[in-house]
Amino acid sequence: MAADSFINWSLLSLSAPGWGGVLLQGFLHSIEIAIGGYALGLVLGVGGAFGKLYGGPILRDLLECYTTIVRAVPELVLILLLYYAGTDLLNQLLGAAGFGPVDISGLMAGIFVIGVVQGAYSTEVLRGAIKAVPAGQIEAARAYGMSPVKVLRRITLPAMLPYAIPGLANLWLIATKDTALLAVVGFSELTLVTRQAAGATKAYFLFFCAAGTLYLALTLVSNVFIGIIERHARRGFAEQR
Amino acid sequence: MTDETTHALAFTPEDLPEKGSFLKPHRIVLMLVFAALVVAVAVFMRWDWLPRYLPRLGSGILVSLAMLFGTAILGFLLAVPLGLAQVTGPWFLKAPARVFCTIIRGTPLLLQLWLLYYGLGSLFPQFPWIRHSFLWPYLREAWPYGVAALTISFAAYEGEVMRGAFAGVPAGELEAARAYGMRRWTMFRRIWLPRAIHRALPTLNGETVLQLKSTPLVATITVVDVYAVISKVRQETYLTYEPLLLLALIYMCLTGILVVAFRYFENRIPTRGA
Repeated sequence: MAADSFINWSLLSLSAPGWGGVLLQGFLHSIEIAIGGYALGLVLGVGGAFGKLYGGPILRDLLECYTTIVRAVPELVLILLLYYAGTDLLNQLLGAAGFGPVDISGLMAGIFVIGVVQGAYSTEVLRGAIKAVPAGQIEAARAYGMSPVKVLRRITLPAMLPYAIPGLANLWLIATKDTALLAVVGFSELTLVTRQAAGATKAYFLFFCAAGTLYLALTLVSNVFIGIIERHARRGFAEQR
Repeated sequence: MTDETTHALAFTPEDLPEKGSFLKPHRIVLMLVFAALVVAVAVFMRWDWLPRYLPRLGSGILVSLAMLFGTAILGFLLAVPLGLAQVTGPWFLKAPARVFCTIIRGTPLLLQLWLLYYGLGSLFPQFPWIRHSFLWPYLREAWPYGVAALTISFAAYEGEVMRGAFAGVPAGELEAARAYGMRRWTMFRRIWLPRAIHRALPTLNGETVLQLKSTPLVATITVVDVYAVISKVRQETYLTYEPLLLLALIYMCLTGILVVAFRYFENRIPTRGA
């Protein structure tokens, strides 16, 4: 077997006979879902962390149940459950409100599913970070007569960021990789598209390695930005050895 | 991955409730509400398929557990040299170990699994000497690829953990060992490795729970673990929620048992100041 038939690079070309364009389209979908899910997760996480730290006993216990379940059940199972339950629930709500059933776009469902999972993770990360803020700083802000929202905006959130950023950075990397799980529910993100391309052309190694390179590139590029953000957030901190 | 992130991703022994402080009035109300919910689920949803599938579910759980413990042990055995190479190895060991960890940690496990199963699996039959080797009956099955992918992934994540743990053992302890005249291997076996494992233990526990959460992926390459059994139930009974709820419950129980066992073992190891 000649070397040029072993690796058929033209399969990766961007235009029609090649699958490169399809792969990049899937990659774009993956990034979209990762960004959307991560953002939704952050919103849920801020709410969850503050609820867990300052909420009433019932709210605290309910949030504890949420984070425990998400951290004890495989993402794959959660994604399936949330995917079916989420779309079903929405359609039933719409049905009850007198609208017909709608076809929920895979993108929205994916963002919702990844966001709920990420929300539990970032709840835990942010809770740890908020607890690391010296209590005296928050007490001082209260003593100045700041309202709780103002304390949050001016003191707690900025002061906890240096503690939260390493964990949140890891969560971003996990979000990008968790999007691959949506392949199981048939959403055409990078991993599923790769499998389809590989199955159609029988060039399994080429396509899976190409997709791996794309994921790895995303991780490495993210790492560069994370390094910059981390240095910026930690300025003024004593250098730890 | 830092210790805190593992904790954020996996249910760990630190999350177990303290004795005594658990039962409070509002908790009893919440538990009653929850019990009512469970009763409603049991009464109003269809569970008549359950007895028929119980034996298969049992064997599925065993396959999942075998996958978990097999890959965790194999992966840890690989992780120790990976971590050690990154801490003290010469450059020609250090660089490949780092590249390996970066690549595996930078790509999704599902992709690695499919690369091994579909990629390698389609490549092997082209070589006659592989088909005639004693390994061929195993290579035709799916589970070796699942074990390989899960082991590699666990090794890469744990290699990073062990790197930090090896580097974190105080230099004075190693110097003391050397001053006693221990040879390098003796020092590694008696001081460095036990201290590193001790330091890494909480993270390793969390990572093992994470590994349990990764095992259902092998169902996508036709290994019949508990997830695959549930998928089969869903296909055959056309039910959506009941099997998935049961599956979530099964995984929660498995995680719970694992975490309780870890706490038991952690408490048996004396730790200064804890």
